Amino acid sequence: MDFSLTDEQLAVQKLARDFATNEVLPKAAEIDREHRHPAELVKRMGDLGFLGIAIPLAHQGAGFDHVSYALAMEEVSRACASTGVIMSVNNSLVCDPIFRFGTDAQKAKWLVPLAQGHLLGCFALSEPEAGSDAAAQRTTATRDGDDWVISGTKNWITNGPVADVCVLFTMNDRAAGHKGITAFILPMTTKGVRCGAPDDKLGIRGSKSSQIFLDDVRLSNDHLLGEVGGGFKVAMSTLDGGRIGIAAQAVGIARAALEDALAYAQQRRTFGKPIAQHQAIQFKLADMATEIDAARLLTLRAAWLKDHKLPYGMEASMAKLYASDIANKAAREAIQIFGGNGYVTEFPVERHFRDAKITEIYEGTSEIQRLVIAGHLAKATR
Amino acid sequence: MNFELTEEQKLVQRTAREAADRVLAPRAAARDVSCEFPAAELAELARLDLLAIAVDAAHGGGGLGAVAYSLAMQELARGDASVAVAVSVTNMVAELIANHGTAAQIERWVPGLASGAHVCGAFVLSEPEAGSDPAALRTSATKTPAGWRLSGTKQWITNGGRAGVLVVWAVTDPSAGNRGITAFLVPGDAKGMSVARLEEKLGLHGSATAQLVLDGVEVGEDAVLGAPGRGFALAMTALDGGRIGIASQAIGIARGALQAAVTYAGERRTFGEPIIKHQAVGAMLADAATWLDAATLMTLRAAHAKEAGQPFSQLAAMAKLFATEHAWKICDIALQVHGGYGYVRDFPVERALRDVRVTRIYEGTSEIQRIVIARNLLRAVS
Repeated sequence: MDFSLTDEQLAVQKLARDFATNEVLPKAAEIDREHRHPAELVKRMGDLGFLGIAIPLAHQGAGFDHVSYALAMEEVSRACASTGVIMSVNNSLVCDPIFRFGTDAQKAKWLVPLAQGHLLGCFALSEPEAGSDAAAQRTTATRDGDDWVISGTKNWITNGPVADVCVLFTMNDRAAGHKGITAFILPMTTKGVRCGAPDDKLGIRGSKSSQIFLDDVRLSNDHLLGEVGGGFKVAMSTLDGGRIGIAAQAVGIARAALEDALAYAQQRRTFGKPIAQHQAIQFKLADMATEIDAARLLTLRAAWLKDHKLPYGMEASMAKLYASDIANKAAREAIQIFGGNGYVTEFPVERHFRDAKITEIYEGTSEIQRLVIAGHLAKATR
Repeated sequence: MNFELTEEQKLVQRTAREAADRVLAPRAAARDVSCEFPAAELAELARLDLLAIAVDAAHGGGGLGAVAYSLAMQELARGDASVAVAVSVTNMVAELIANHGTAAQIERWVPGLASGAHVCGAFVLSEPEAGSDPAALRTSATKTPAGWRLSGTKQWITNGGRAGVLVVWAVTDPSAGNRGITAFLVPGDAKGMSVARLEEKLGLHGSATAQLVLDGVEVGEDAVLGAPGRGFALAMTALDGGRIGIASQAIGIARGALQAAVTYAGERRTFGEPIIKHQAVGAMLADAATWLDAATLMTLRAAHAKEAGQPFSQLAAMAKLFATEHAWKICDIALQVHGGYGYVRDFPVERALRDVRVTRIYEGTSEIQRIVIARNLLRAVS
């Protein structure tokens, strides 16, 4: 047992921290205010290897482990949660399933440019009537000769309006339930693909998400990702990894809340001393710091298990459940420590509060995480 | 970063687990009723090398590290928290003497603590009017031609009246504040030392908690541990390590309670299915399991830092705060899942709830931990 980071992990963490502090943080408020997709930061992340961190060098990824991925996600998200989720989606939800389920030809054609950051990806599972209950898919994929014809509507697709490639889930045999789900790699320029207006959201406003309308979209069979009927497995195993990314994002947001609150509490004075000297404030800071460390350890453990090819589904759920919970708590407490200044957009903590909320919802709500964990607990006693 | 235990750590864990199941658990409920001191159990644990785990083998100890110690404490506390606290204090005293004693002091006390010849050790710091604030100590040590004379009243002394050797803190220089406190090694049978009362407690009924009166107890110059005036620093160092022990104890109690609750929830049926299948119950257990894992990681991280020779005071404070506060919540959930059966003594969870409550108080209350954590946070940024 060793809780020290390796030199390589420390190097990735430092690279990410420098990038986040020097290039991302100065723009975070503006990105949020303008609801702006930070294309220039996405390009920089591509240059730094952050868009395919855990993809092997052979596929032009950065070749680091998932612990490094989680560390980098935390740093980028500490500066800007919107930039963090763009990174998370490309790494966890697009590169990772193509790496694990793609053919050699698909890897050469799609994974390489995605991992390099030349292309940006999105992941389309949710639908207007199918979120947590992924098997309720209505988007249809029908055989037509050697091709597939796909129609339906996808919802809340992060990176949708700015993506070049989509990992798309469809239902080709409704009677088979979740065994009727099939995944495809969809170029977003394909005829019949159209994105709706970007969602107008509470937080992560620099992350563009939208509906995707699929109207008789024709794909050749070499766009099939994994097996026909194997899409549910692709989706669920991908989301397990994605939860590590979102947990790390939540830890980053929580850290932003703590670090901003800590700095403020030492400047702001009441009753003749900095509010950081009042126990009422100190206790909030102590709890925030403790909970952040706990969340980070859960997250890194899940990443480490994934790196070592050990089961990590329950651990990833625990990390995401807890990290998203304490991110919201930390952001709430940060606003409280800032008082009135916490409620105005001149200071960053109301943004942290708005950004934190989504981490309890996407890539499996907290309620879904609890179902996953309870399922594992029940299984272990049988 | 490596979350896997070493073979040695696994071995200690297994030894302690088997001892907990074989030696402690069978009589834990009876001991809770009888309030009987676990002398035979301590002797058996001494035989298994569990009373001085992190002490050098040359002095009769286990020659292992703080991680192994934490793992053993977790297991023993799952078996019986009352015995575990006696073990925790004994380990702490053995380590304190081994690390700070003279060669003669080590030879006189440490092997006997490890072997069980001294039954157990005691850490005699708190007083009726000095708990969280040890600088308010009143017990005095005055110089005599042959050594020192100790007088005063000590409170909440675990193993009081049973320990073969006690570390007693007393004021040697009232004008010097924290630097006027000295630690003394006092034999259990020292003349003038008596048990004024044994506390009746909410939980930990098998642990003897005494008020000790020192009425002119004479000790030699060779009883001084460290140096005169160094007692406060010794106490703080020992408590940093002790917090890892108590965090581990809390985790063990909580793990026992959670295991009982998961088992019960898998058997107990309402509305046609095991209650673990009801989302309301499954979600509670999922939260509890998540917190338990986080607490374990926090505690093992502090232990790892300690044995790697890194600063660990902050990590130990965080671990104790997190583990004890969440262990309390986990035990409460475990009781709730049992319903009415949780409230009666036929099931172990009401004892767990009573036993675990003190972990939020002793070896530094949660409030003290938060002060420690906040102080370190503020120091780090200023």
